[in-house]
Amino acid sequence: MVILPTGGLRMRYGAELTGVGVLAFLALIGAAMGVDEPFRQHMWVLFFTVAAFGVLLMRRTAFVPAPAHDNSSYMDDVIRYGAIATMFWGVVGFLVGVIVALQLAFPDLNIEPWFNFGRTRPLHTSAVIFAFCGNALIATSFYVVQRTCRARLFGGDLAWFVFWGYQLFLVMAATGYLLGITQSKEYAEPEWYVDIWLTIVWVAYLVVFMGTILKRKEPHIYVANWFYLAFIVTIAMLHIVNNLAMPHSFLGSQSYSLFAGVQDALTQWWYGHNAVGFFLTAGFLGMMYYFVPKQAERPVYSYRLSIIHFWALIFLYIWAGPHHLHYTALPDWAQTLGMVFSIMLWMPSWGGMINGLMTLSGAWDKIRTDPVIRMMVAAIAFYGMATFEGPMMSIKAVNSLSHYTDWTIGHVHSGALGWNGLITFAALYFMVPRLWNREKLYSQRLVIWHFWLAMVGIVIYAATMWVSGIMQGLMWREYDSQGFLVYSFAETVAAMFPYYVMRAAGGAMFLLGALIMAYNLTRTILGHEREEDPIGGKVATARPALQPAE
Amino acid sequence: METYTAMREFADSWALAGMTVFFIGVVVFAFRPGSKKIAEQVARIPLEDD
Repeated sequence: MVILPTGGLRMRYGAELTGVGVLAFLALIGAAMGVDEPFRQHMWVLFFTVAAFGVLLMRRTAFVPAPAHDNSSYMDDVIRYGAIATMFWGVVGFLVGVIVALQLAFPDLNIEPWFNFGRTRPLHTSAVIFAFCGNALIATSFYVVQRTCRARLFGGDLAWFVFWGYQLFLVMAATGYLLGITQSKEYAEPEWYVDIWLTIVWVAYLVVFMGTILKRKEPHIYVANWFYLAFIVTIAMLHIVNNLAMPHSFLGSQSYSLFAGVQDALTQWWYGHNAVGFFLTAGFLGMMYYFVPKQAERPVYSYRLSIIHFWALIFLYIWAGPHHLHYTALPDWAQTLGMVFSIMLWMPSWGGMINGLMTLSGAWDKIRTDPVIRMMVAAIAFYGMATFEGPMMSIKAVNSLSHYTDWTIGHVHSGALGWNGLITFAALYFMVPRLWNREKLYSQRLVIWHFWLAMVGIVIYAATMWVSGIMQGLMWREYDSQGFLVYSFAETVAAMFPYYVMRAAGGAMFLLGALIMAYNLTRTILGHEREEDPIGGKVATARPALQPAE
Repeated sequence: METYTAMREFADSWALAGMTVFFIGVVVFAFRPGSKKIAEQVARIPLEDD
């Protein structure tokens, strides 16, 4: 006779399956009784997604007590899923990016109604920011917090809810855009019901992360965790306030913001800029402060500087948003405030960049021999360049030329591809062999291929957008001696065609690099190792060390 | 006084002063005597694992 633990025989995933069932039922009600067609379609998407997940769960359920968790070990399964999700969404997001770039160059590629630019553009931005970067942040934060607190993730399966709940948010956001559902707030396009779901997931994320810190065995909270925590808390605050809205029906996809006019605009850009500041900067600095010392095998250059970096960054960033609203109805003092704080941000940004780069002092030779270090150094350099360019563009006089032009797009991408992209790739190259207990990556040389494809792609992208952006800005403001505008709007669009094509080529190179990474990491996960010369060639050959061979 | 004006005045006086004092306190605390040794120890936290 089997002796059962107190509480008797329990169904594995019982609570999870109940939750899935309730959610599927609610989706069916929405699909049947929705007041508008897009909402009904969206609820069908939700129903089939949740139902498919329920079937997967049922195939894995059993009426035996689950094996007791080994609470002394780290919870790494969810991070393995996160690493794969990061790879997957990265490739999807970059692919959609290349498609939208081509749609701008060749308008015939706008396929009505689902795939026109107005719908694919938020699909691209959300896929790279929230899907690729978001999964990278969740996975690396779980990886870092366990290892620097020397504690298993708090909350048991709650971490799995965070992972799968977040993927459901991504699927609902992405399909919603294609169906034409949007609240038309940049980087916050999902409608009220998807926002509520993300809020629930995010609170669970905070509980897991905070709980792990509270039960830590290491007395000191390492600085990377401060950055991650600031990211999680601030995003919760921004998301809730910016999405305060009243649905016109609880069975409909339309809602109205609680703010109006310039207040709405300011709230939106308080959100939008701090999504950059805390999602794409603070969280990724957490990555930098863990993975760069790990890969370089030396402690961060100055720990005390990292503390100043942290407080200065969070004190200043939160005020910089108004620089998105220069020369609008926003009061002049608020515009100037946003500009001044943006310029002050130079100091913490460059302090942090120097701190990251100087971590390598005394080990600079690793740039030649370790392609992952090279990727990290390039990422930090792009962080420095993007955080130099940003404050410069926030100066009102510069902004009068750059605003609404492609220059902004180029700036965003040098930060997003250069800083967020490269540091995420480096973190994946670091984590994947360790998570799957592989001695090393499948191929170091493929990392070099990835590095140079990404670098050249970014440079082509940013350089063409500078040229086209400044050209566009100058054409818009060109007056003749009579005071008439010299160019019609259509003429400025036509002039940008060659740059749009070049930009798409740069993006395609970046995508190709990501595909090489996906191949390399897949082979690593499968346990393969490529036979290849060590980086720098065999000892005592005359071959230059930097040449990407094979 | 209007709520907006009151909050605005509070924000650019006491709130601003409070945040400045907090930030200066952080800087002083980070560089207090003896902090260098502690900082060098805790900077090694990620390296003493795996």
